[in-house]
Amino acid sequence: MLSQVESHLRSDRFPHIWCPGCGNGIVLSALVRAIEELGYDPDKTVVVSGIGCSSRAAGYLDFNTLHTTHGRALAFATGIKLARPELDVFVLMGDGDATAIGGNHFIHAARRNIDLTAIIFNNSIYGMTGGQYSPLTPPDKRATTAPYGNIERSFDIAELAKGAGATYVARATTYHATMLEKLIVAGARNKGFSVIEAITACPVGYGRRNKMGNGLQMLLWQKEHAVTVKQAEKMSPEELQDKIIIGELYRGEAPEYTAMYEEIIARAKGKNR
Amino acid sequence: MSDVVEMARLMQGNEAVVEGALAAGVRFFAGYPITPSTEIAELMAERLPGLGGKFIQMEDEIASMAAVIGASLAGVKALTATSGPGFSLKQENIGYAAMAEIPCVIVNVQRWGPSTGIPTAPAQGDVMQARWGTHGDHPVIVLCPASVREAYMLAIRAVNLSEKYRVPVILLMDEVIGHMRERVVQPHAEEVEVIERKKPAVEPKDYYPYRPGDDGVPPMANFGDGYRYHVTGLVHDEKGNPTTDPQVAESLILRLHRKIYDHLDDVITVEGYQLEDAEIVVVAYGAVARSAKRAVKDARAAGIKAGLFRPVTIWPFPEKEVAELAGRVRHIIVAEMNLGQLKGEVERAVQGRVRVTGVNRLNGELITFDEILSAIKEVTTDAQSG
Repeated sequence: MLSQVESHLRSDRFPHIWCPGCGNGIVLSALVRAIEELGYDPDKTVVVSGIGCSSRAAGYLDFNTLHTTHGRALAFATGIKLARPELDVFVLMGDGDATAIGGNHFIHAARRNIDLTAIIFNNSIYGMTGGQYSPLTPPDKRATTAPYGNIERSFDIAELAKGAGATYVARATTYHATMLEKLIVAGARNKGFSVIEAITACPVGYGRRNKMGNGLQMLLWQKEHAVTVKQAEKMSPEELQDKIIIGELYRGEAPEYTAMYEEIIARAKGKNR
Repeated sequence: MSDVVEMARLMQGNEAVVEGALAAGVRFFAGYPITPSTEIAELMAERLPGLGGKFIQMEDEIASMAAVIGASLAGVKALTATSGPGFSLKQENIGYAAMAEIPCVIVNVQRWGPSTGIPTAPAQGDVMQARWGTHGDHPVIVLCPASVREAYMLAIRAVNLSEKYRVPVILLMDEVIGHMRERVVQPHAEEVEVIERKKPAVEPKDYYPYRPGDDGVPPMANFGDGYRYHVTGLVHDEKGNPTTDPQVAESLILRLHRKIYDHLDDVITVEGYQLEDAEIVVVAYGAVARSAKRAVKDARAAGIKAGLFRPVTIWPFPEKEVAELAGRVRHIIVAEMNLGQLKGEVERAVQGRVRVTGVNRLNGELITFDEILSAIKEVTTDAQSG
């Protein structure tokens, strides 16, 4: 399995920049295993990322990789996919990247239902800039810019994606790495905008300040707080209060953008004749 | 190219940009509507699909610039169009395109500013923003048409220069040219020179995406063509890998400049009118150059040796050409619809060897020929009495 993953990595780029205990490597490896499982041609596979710790993942991958500007990864990816729909495009973003500065692009990519697979590394914090609160920092938690506790409510990425029109929405944690891989595979196979939220640990920027322990302890926290969709069905809202529901959360049917544009081309060419 | 319409017809400036861009091979447009550039988006939406191209109206100006870069990287010639406030929003990603060397064209049909200003009034206030809008040091190419036919020709040239030098090129228009209607004779498709980006001639394993050729420009592989490489806005080595090495950083930025500044003769075009024996020269660009030409004609009729110098490329600034003028004329008048943005560059080039004065307007109205003529007469009188 390791050799499988390794063959898609730019090994000369290691060691990576991530801190000890960071979960980003687990998400990266789930993505590579998923691409292997999907059997995608590496020459036709594109990985686009934004800015932040997670977005450095693109540089470690031996595909067509594009590390863009903060929050704009989905907009760059939209240009690539629309220009050449035959390419398989994955978009890696952090939680602040995707839902704060990139929030507008996120809802519109979902609304268009353009065939991109977005993976959001949710570590509840701005990691690279040193631990400022993000739209995914839970209320009351501490951050460098929320020294007395965060008073903002957080987004539910899955609900946001679904409400905006995404046709595949799923969530897993880095503790559930195999599930994460399977959800990425299913998301990529969905012809439309797919969102996979990966709950990952940032022990240095988030965990330390909120007394959550080291990387291993944060992984165990994920294990204890995650419940599958099936388990959640039998639980009361009170029981679900501090839980993270994992698994496939939503599947919808809607026309895909690039396919619809091909019809526009056919219509315009017909008119010209 | 047979799909490109070839005939003489009445055309609007914004329409001419669309037709020129299509003739140059543009097949992707992403934009966000803003006056007075909107017709470019509307016409692209109509024309592109019939040519197998793609149009998308993005959620904002930032996204439009990002999508254009993505499409270009995937191998499709791409263009966006905007006006003042939208141009401000695009800046970060224009800087990205400069750093990552992605060919693309940005049309800015200038409007009065700052801020929302007078949305449909002509101005030339974005001269410096076109040069220095984004953070850091990087070169740009900026072209300024003075007629509808020239808007057509410069749209082609903008696309060609961006492909040749792998650089974002800005077509800096003003509202007058954008909305003016003139008869345009389009060249036949075979007469249009179309430049394609240089492709790698090596095997994928030997490809260094940022190793320049003799001209300073690295060959560019498109995503999906079998060359897998990394593109980033970070300082990167010849492989495209991020680095903070001070030497790599400096040599990268210097090369980005060299690839343009080593080819100034190719990049810069200027136009002269009655310059041979001119003693008083008016420097003007865009719509103002038309008022200036009439003023020069009238001055000549009144026996004044006036001439017009029109930079078509305003960035890089035609320093050599202006310096040469300074050595043989008595006075330079710079007429522009701002407080003197290009005048500063003219002064820099003439280095005090000749007097430079400005004719400026800031009220959203075009500078008229008689304003420029009065300025010409005034400096003539001054020179005679002095």
